[in-house]
Amino acid sequence: MNKVLLRLRVNGEDREIAVAPNRVLLDALREDLGLTGSKRGCDDSSCGCCAVLIDGVPMLACVALAASYQECEITTVEGLAAPGELDPVQEGFAECGGAQCGFCTPGFLIATKALLARHPNPTREEIRGALSSNLCRCTGYMQIYESICYAVEKMRAKTPAAAR
Amino acid sequence: MADSANFSIIGKRMAMTDARAKVTGLGKYADDLAVAGMLYGRFLHSPHAHARIVSVDTWRAEALRGVKAVVTGKDAPNPYGILPIGHDECVFALDKARYIGDNIAAVAATSAEIAEEALDLIRVEYEPLPAWFEPEKSMQAADHWIHETKPHNIEKEYHHVFGDPEKGFSQAAFVAEQRYYAGEVNHAAMEPHATLAIWEPEGKLVVYSSTQVPFYLHRTVAEVCEMPMSHIRIIKPLIGSGFGGKSEVIPIEVAACVLAKKAKLPVKMLYTREEVFYAHRGRPITIVDLKMGITREGKISAVQARVVQDGGAYCGYGPVTVLYSGALLGAIYDISNVRYDGYRVLTNKPACGAMRGHGTVNVRFAFEAMLDELAHQAGLDPAEVRRRNLLKAPCITANGLRVTSYGLPECIERVVERSGWREKRGKLPFGKGIGIACSHYVSGAANPIIRSNMPHTTVNIKIDRDAGVTVYTGASEIGQGSDTVQVQIVAEVLGVKTGRINLVAADTELTPIDLGSYSSRVTFMAGNACLEAAKNMRAQILAAVAKEFACPADDLDARDETIFRKSDPQKRVTFDEAVVMAINFHGALFAMGTYAPPEQARGGKFKGAGVGPSPSYSYSAQVAEVTVDPETGHVRVDRIVAAHDCGRALNPLTVEGQIEGSVYMGFGQAVQEEMVWENGRLMNPSLLEYRTPTTIENPEIECIIVESHDPEGPFGAKEAGEGSLAATIPAIANAIYDAVGVRINTLPLTPDRILAALREEQKKAGGNGAGANGGRR
Repeated sequence: MNKVLLRLRVNGEDREIAVAPNRVLLDALREDLGLTGSKRGCDDSSCGCCAVLIDGVPMLACVALAASYQECEITTVEGLAAPGELDPVQEGFAECGGAQCGFCTPGFLIATKALLARHPNPTREEIRGALSSNLCRCTGYMQIYESICYAVEKMRAKTPAAAR
Repeated sequence: MADSANFSIIGKRMAMTDARAKVTGLGKYADDLAVAGMLYGRFLHSPHAHARIVSVDTWRAEALRGVKAVVTGKDAPNPYGILPIGHDECVFALDKARYIGDNIAAVAATSAEIAEEALDLIRVEYEPLPAWFEPEKSMQAADHWIHETKPHNIEKEYHHVFGDPEKGFSQAAFVAEQRYYAGEVNHAAMEPHATLAIWEPEGKLVVYSSTQVPFYLHRTVAEVCEMPMSHIRIIKPLIGSGFGGKSEVIPIEVAACVLAKKAKLPVKMLYTREEVFYAHRGRPITIVDLKMGITREGKISAVQARVVQDGGAYCGYGPVTVLYSGALLGAIYDISNVRYDGYRVLTNKPACGAMRGHGTVNVRFAFEAMLDELAHQAGLDPAEVRRRNLLKAPCITANGLRVTSYGLPECIERVVERSGWREKRGKLPFGKGIGIACSHYVSGAANPIIRSNMPHTTVNIKIDRDAGVTVYTGASEIGQGSDTVQVQIVAEVLGVKTGRINLVAADTELTPIDLGSYSSRVTFMAGNACLEAAKNMRAQILAAVAKEFACPADDLDARDETIFRKSDPQKRVTFDEAVVMAINFHGALFAMGTYAPPEQARGGKFKGAGVGPSPSYSYSAQVAEVTVDPETGHVRVDRIVAAHDCGRALNPLTVEGQIEGSVYMGFGQAVQEEMVWENGRLMNPSLLEYRTPTTIENPEIECIIVESHDPEGPFGAKEAGEGSLAATIPAIANAIYDAVGVRINTLPLTPDRILAALREEQKKAGGNGAGANGGRR
């Protein structure tokens, strides 16, 4: 298959790659751009380990054709915070046991970012609903919920009172 | 070192040392690794469940541009297996394919696409044979045995009698007898297996692999590739969890090495999720014919079990699994009379193996469900019946297991209190129910897989002039927090901050041998080795400071980055200063610690007595609350209260994570997970169809940590990672009985089974409406 030149905007940077038109976004990220934070956990878009934000919406990179997202802002786990820093959601997952083996964590972080953008103070039911496309095999989800509550508190503390 | 009430690091909630690597996405798992010039490897699998391999013709594949190596059975004919008695598999089938998915050949090429194209060019001629799919039929097989050396497809059978079961049953006032059936489940670790094997120009192999057992992999690669172990280096990168699925050598790991050796180039292989299911090594289909008797007072007088496990086509851990099922059947309670007949049977399906709660889970389901049934027959509270059968620790159980600490009484008490058991049991409206069950598990196996007198773990510590502490440990962090707990132990003993400690782990070239992350052994065994190594290091440092202060070393303590005189705390030096004194005094600072289980912990002398003994056991009690919809048979598990005796919680954050994760996995097996087979073909080889629980179904879990302070555990700790799983399933089954009055003896407890049981119950009762409170209570 002839390769095509793609321009992708990933984590705020413009990146150019030559790939087959049927290259899925996950392979483009992991193999062509070296962004291995997004994981492959299944064959059929069922695990959520590969989730990335595309214009703020969590999408499964394993079933997204890279060529279809040239005009979009793509954010992977590597782009959630500046190098050396942690987003409150990342900090929550690190401090509260939300990441055990860590393999599903990038997908959960992406799903959580999207959730908190919509609901800065989500209920347990909203959290359960928003994370239901992501599988974790380690935690039993309880410490993931605690991690999100930690992030919510952290973000609230950062927000100036007037803006709340 | 601080006394027990006054630790500075032990017992504190601590984020995992690798947490930043995981939440930033910068940590590397095996499939995240790449080297220049790397080839991509792919497998050719058998489409037949049982077939003689007549010929494998690879020349067309070899001729394809971009193909660098094609390997088949004749390239790697040395058999291997995790047990010394079970070297029955080759990385590529030699004479026969024994299950759909068995490995026939592999290709390494410059791209994954070319490798896949090459697989289509390999011609294999098979001669199909009759195949065996049902264990009870397979063990009757008169011919076409799966392995010629295993007559009637029986891998192994064990027959144990302790006490006098016949006499025990004659003393029983109530006797129950029932067949239980548990479907097959898979670990479904989120990370599929991956291996990067790098061939070095000097004729050496460097291997990064998703393994829980790097040192067994080391040995196996040496055997199969016919290379000295010193020419092979296994490095364990981050592991996306294992649950036992990576606790023996998996074909992908060896195949990548065989390909790399043949191509003389680096090769990476990654399983698809479908291949993970077929590589399997999960919990087998288990048939349990159980009989139990209790006295009028609720004392268990005898237990008898016949267990048949559907082991799949190769031995794997099989004999160990079936021995655990017997050894841990009755040993949680004080039971004098036990009969156990265990059969590990071969079938033409992927090999089963070790999975979280290895061997104990399915028999525990049967046992705890039957105990609930007998409690009801006797008109006794099921929680009270469990209390009446407690061991009096320390003690030796009927089958020779040494119990050193026993927090089960407190576990039961705490879950009864927290759940409101007394207020709720038998008093909830129809459709709502509450159930209780207990479980236990080993803190590592007291006997190694390969018999030897070597320590099970060795840990080295080095401190340089910069006062950085480097710990070299072979133990494998797989997501459970073992790196963190080892750092905590060393930091506590040396009296330094955890940030001062660098851990180098699970690299066969740099770190001493540790047997691996299985049987919940790491905190206890590597923890004890860390403790000993750190104490040795501390003694060296204190000796140097004592000389400087002209005081006895036992007047010194190390804490909060200082060494000070206990009799005069103002007299102190910083840890950095103390290290300089110590290096000036001793030369280089190096210390070693080892752990081997004590002789008394290694069990009895009968055949099969080697499996089950552990230096210490964990205990769990759980109460589940459920809602059952009698119209649909659907079960919602509303809440699980789980108490677990882990000896001492060295890191309560990760202990809770382990308990909750175990409960979650038990919940999955209880109500929705099952590998569905049809003539050796898996009907649901994907995470979409093999339904691990999501946030939607998963119950709310409340964790209670019980600390019994084991006399031999590091700071009193014992296992936390597996023991809770087995209690969850029967707690749910017993809650379903409390809710709607039916007992489901087949796992998983799916709506169709519950509905069928409800209809049967109504037929018996002559009732006519689903909501008519069937035969309940």
